[in-house]
Amino acid sequence: MALDKLTGENSIAFIRSEQLFDWARRNSLWYLAFGIACCAIEGLMSASGPRFDFDRMGVFFRASPRQADVMIVAGTVNKKMAETVRRLYDQMPEPKWVVSMGACANTGGPFREYPNVVLGVDTIVPVDVYVPGCPPRPEAVQYAFIELQKKIAEQTEGRLAARRDQG
Amino acid sequence: MTPDPRDTVLDHGLLAEGTFEPGEAPAGIRRAPTGIDQLATEHLIVNVGPQHPSTHGVLRIVAELDGEEIVNAEAAVGYLHRGIEKLGEHRRYHQLATLMDRGDYVSGIHGELAAALAVERLMEIEVPRKAQWLRCLMSELNRIASHMVWYGTFGLDIGAMGQFLYAMRDREAILDILEEVTGQRMMFNYVRPGGVLEDLPAGTEEKIRAFLRTIDGYLDEHDALLGGNEIFLKRVRGVGTIDRETALSFGLTGANLRASGVPYDVRRDQPYAAYDELEFDVPVGATGDAHDRYLVRMEEMRQAVRMIRQCVDGMPEGEVMAKVPKVLRPPAGEIYACVESSRGELGVHLVSDGSDTPERFHYRGPSLFAMQVLEEIMPGTLFADGMMLIGSVDVVLGEIDR
Repeated sequence: MALDKLTGENSIAFIRSEQLFDWARRNSLWYLAFGIACCAIEGLMSASGPRFDFDRMGVFFRASPRQADVMIVAGTVNKKMAETVRRLYDQMPEPKWVVSMGACANTGGPFREYPNVVLGVDTIVPVDVYVPGCPPRPEAVQYAFIELQKKIAEQTEGRLAARRDQG
Repeated sequence: MTPDPRDTVLDHGLLAEGTFEPGEAPAGIRRAPTGIDQLATEHLIVNVGPQHPSTHGVLRIVAELDGEEIVNAEAAVGYLHRGIEKLGEHRRYHQLATLMDRGDYVSGIHGELAAALAVERLMEIEVPRKAQWLRCLMSELNRIASHMVWYGTFGLDIGAMGQFLYAMRDREAILDILEEVTGQRMMFNYVRPGGVLEDLPAGTEEKIRAFLRTIDGYLDEHDALLGGNEIFLKRVRGVGTIDRETALSFGLTGANLRASGVPYDVRRDQPYAAYDELEFDVPVGATGDAHDRYLVRMEEMRQAVRMIRQCVDGMPEGEVMAKVPKVLRPPAGEIYACVESSRGELGVHLVSDGSDTPERFHYRGPSLFAMQVLEEIMPGTLFADGMMLIGSVDVVLGEIDR
């Protein structure tokens, strides 16, 4: 969709509202400022710093789950924390996405032998993109957001195609 | 004529309508000490965290408020408990560094160094002189990187944004150097029992010198940006005062203790690595308020720059790793080794039974003690200042819950 290329003053674009909303959504993915452990320094702080500057992709942090689209689970989730993670996810408005960042959030990581640690955050919330690393570099998180944008676009196309097939 | 609803409120009380007797507060409702006459107010319990942008991780504070004033604060921990100490008992001595990195994750080198020192002292390993100097160099670089995180987020807690971006600029410059030497931006795994992983790669010395040429000006810039800001000074001066006795009785160390006027620094009082060969001053605060803690940390960064200069200029030649066996089996016994991390005295207590894993591995995190003093200093301050105080004592949650 080349809506952003239309620059003429009186140009008219015909577009499905669904496509328009998803185009807007994937270019303003606001994440929940919710750092759990080490990954938060890389994925949330360095990411919003001047070098990596996620802001230019429309990715910006929000302090409240009610204003956020994406939850970056950045760190080890233990059983005490798991309840909070789920509650925050439930508080986020639809549509919402989850990025699981780092070895701990993916599988439990270096702490997976410890009985208190949740073996992957996907046992609590549905995860859209997994980022490997301990901790992943901010570029890796940036790539995860690009993948998430692709995924959102594909989902819309998929929904529209399914509707066309039904007639 | 309809009665004014405000009159009704004043007549019957806001919260305890019908049961409120003027002059005597109903059970469960306390009179505000500064409240308006004839008005009973209820204390409000506000839960801060574990998800809160100002708690620096997953710290949870349950605050009891009387209006805007904090009456009582209780810290709840355990949201990042991942068994670093217990897992350490199932790791070989070389592998302790991996866990220590993830304890105080903002200053990883210090944690590794404490674990390595404990093993070396237990096994009586002689560390080469060059390795000692490299440890000092990396420790001080890491200290600035860690203090930059504190400086950036401390401003965020007060409501400023600009200094965070400047702090991140300087932190990235240091992380570039650390990454070139160790291969990682955060979890370095660089300090090993017996020495360090490797020598500085070619060209890194020049990179450090280039960093040193700019950092002095940048530190002045930081001091002008946040430290010279009138709003900042109004918020931090005289707030959250920790007096000398409180600081000592709570076991505070590091900048929090020095701001209260106690000149205790592990680097000077129990020298390790090459700190006995380096020249540095120990900055001490006068009153122990949040502003003093700010000044002490800023001065610490300047002292760190001074030490990095000495390290780069006086770097000796030689080996960086002593001859150590592949599998370390220290003789049975116990040892406590501590270093001055960015937050205070970071200690490792090891008990060995002669096998290749520790019998007991204890990690003394300075943040645990800094967190506990919050319960002491938060009551009596405004709620907004309470958030600032969390930033001013500089806690890292990985170290508190372990």
